[in-house]
Amino acid sequence: MRTEQISVFLENRAGRLAEVTRVLAEAGVNIRALSLADSSDFGILRLIVDKNDVAEVALKEQGFTVHKTHVVAVEVEDRPGGLHTILQTLNEAGVNVAYMYAFVQHSGEKAVIILRLDQPDTGLQVLNRKGFRVIEGSTLATL
Amino acid sequence: MIYDMEFETLPREALEAIQLRRLQAVVERVYATVPFYRKRLDEAGVKPKDVKSLDDLQRLPFTSKKDLRDNYPFGMFSVPMENVVRIHASSGTTGKPTVVGYTARDISTWAELMARSLAAGGAGRGDIIHNAYGYGLFTGGLGVHYGAERLGASVIPISGGNTKRQVLIMKDFGATILTCTPSFALHLAEVAEEMGVQFGQLRFKSGIFGAEPWSEKMRGEIERKLHLVALDIYGLSEVMGPGVAMECIEAKQGLHIFEDHFIPEIIDPETEKTLPYGERGELVFTTISKEAFPVIRYRTRDITSLNREPCVCGRTHIRMNRVSGRSDDMLIIRGVNVFPSQIESVLMEMEGVEPHYQLIVDREGSLDTLTVEVEVGEAAFSDEIKELQNVEQKIAKNIKEYLGVSAKVKLVEPKTIARSEGKAQRVIDNRKL
Repeated sequence: MRTEQISVFLENRAGRLAEVTRVLAEAGVNIRALSLADSSDFGILRLIVDKNDVAEVALKEQGFTVHKTHVVAVEVEDRPGGLHTILQTLNEAGVNVAYMYAFVQHSGEKAVIILRLDQPDTGLQVLNRKGFRVIEGSTLATL
Repeated sequence: MIYDMEFETLPREALEAIQLRRLQAVVERVYATVPFYRKRLDEAGVKPKDVKSLDDLQRLPFTSKKDLRDNYPFGMFSVPMENVVRIHASSGTTGKPTVVGYTARDISTWAELMARSLAAGGAGRGDIIHNAYGYGLFTGGLGVHYGAERLGASVIPISGGNTKRQVLIMKDFGATILTCTPSFALHLAEVAEEMGVQFGQLRFKSGIFGAEPWSEKMRGEIERKLHLVALDIYGLSEVMGPGVAMECIEAKQGLHIFEDHFIPEIIDPETEKTLPYGERGELVFTTISKEAFPVIRYRTRDITSLNREPCVCGRTHIRMNRVSGRSDDMLIIRGVNVFPSQIESVLMEMEGVEPHYQLIVDREGSLDTLTVEVEVGEAAFSDEIKELQNVEQKIAKNIKEYLGVSAKVKLVEPKTIARSEGKAQRVIDNRKL
């Protein structure tokens, strides 16, 4: 049920982000979602892509430090409180969110949020039990 | 003022006679008491009795910092430990410090030479010496302290740090002589200004600055901002500590080496050949009066030249020019000796961190800053910011613990540190001295 995410270490230097997108474009990798976290002198780019292995190899070949992690992708109702019910569910189960980011699907009816959880298994369990739609990595890649 | 009129103004012939007599005695003694020197001299095929003139010094083998380290901690001492009354140490290349020892007579000689130095810098009885060199294993603080007491001046053992309190004390106590590193002097000026204290209204006459390289340009800046005469002092713990050589206030033109205790030479650091007087090269010292820790032809790695022109002050001792660089990769950051290899061993000891690094030294305002850039490999990489910040903090903490210097650690992408011919350029020194 978990989704694979690729993280890339980036220095805070002009052109580094563009270098990542160039490498991925040339490798024919499509980016589904991304988020960029940064401190004063470095950043971490987190990506959901359609071809994880191709992306990883291509980035490593260009000298990037790449790391794969597992995240959870959940559909969110596009209405007030949609996100809140998910977070409340996790909170009640004692599951912490390390970070999260969202993206909107083509149809525009529902959004998808990507969650990095400290206890992904428990998180998945409670989300499923409460009837939230958790999206498989393979599905996510082709949305 | 000349503290020791007799010895500091000896005619060259008499001085050289003393040097030869003392040199012969010290070579004889280290040969008999220090296995390291006996082995080296035997390997070089030289016996103590072969030293018949000062020129024969050139036949003796050199001693390096590595030799001192190999004999850590007390292997180079030439007296039994019961005669050693003081131990100092300075940072070494692999975290192991360089250890030096002193007999009671060595401490007395050192005090005497520091008294000469302070007098050459305009100090005397009745002066109040604000001594902001660090007290401790570092020789700066205690070296100046004993010299000040020998001279009969009043010494304030303020040591380093707590700059605001220092400004308050120097003002309230009416200090007349300042002793510290040149960068700390400029830092004092900045802090005093922030506090609304004007150096021009303090009582300082002169400042005696050393323990790190500086320049004529910095001298001008210090004199302008601190309203005192800025003078250069030289020393290193392996040879004695501060007070090996001192600039006289009369000429302000090079540092007199106290030649009745130390014999200087200038060599080509590559070929190790002695260079003629006046040429620039690496400074080498032989101590001829020390008991506990004599050194024979010790390679200081400091680059300078010697000047045997007579000086207006009347001292006959030869002068060395300002140290203009190093023949190795040692950096001096806020008075602390730092070798890139030390940083490397700190990184090597840390799990997941790769020893690909670069040191960037800069001067912000008047204080040196050290930035250590470390490449992030896969093992150290986490996709959470706080984990990476933990790595940065841990590296900084270890550097502080092992080297005693604060550094800003910055993680960088792999392969971003410039490599020339496969070898990384480890140091970028942006300080404009």
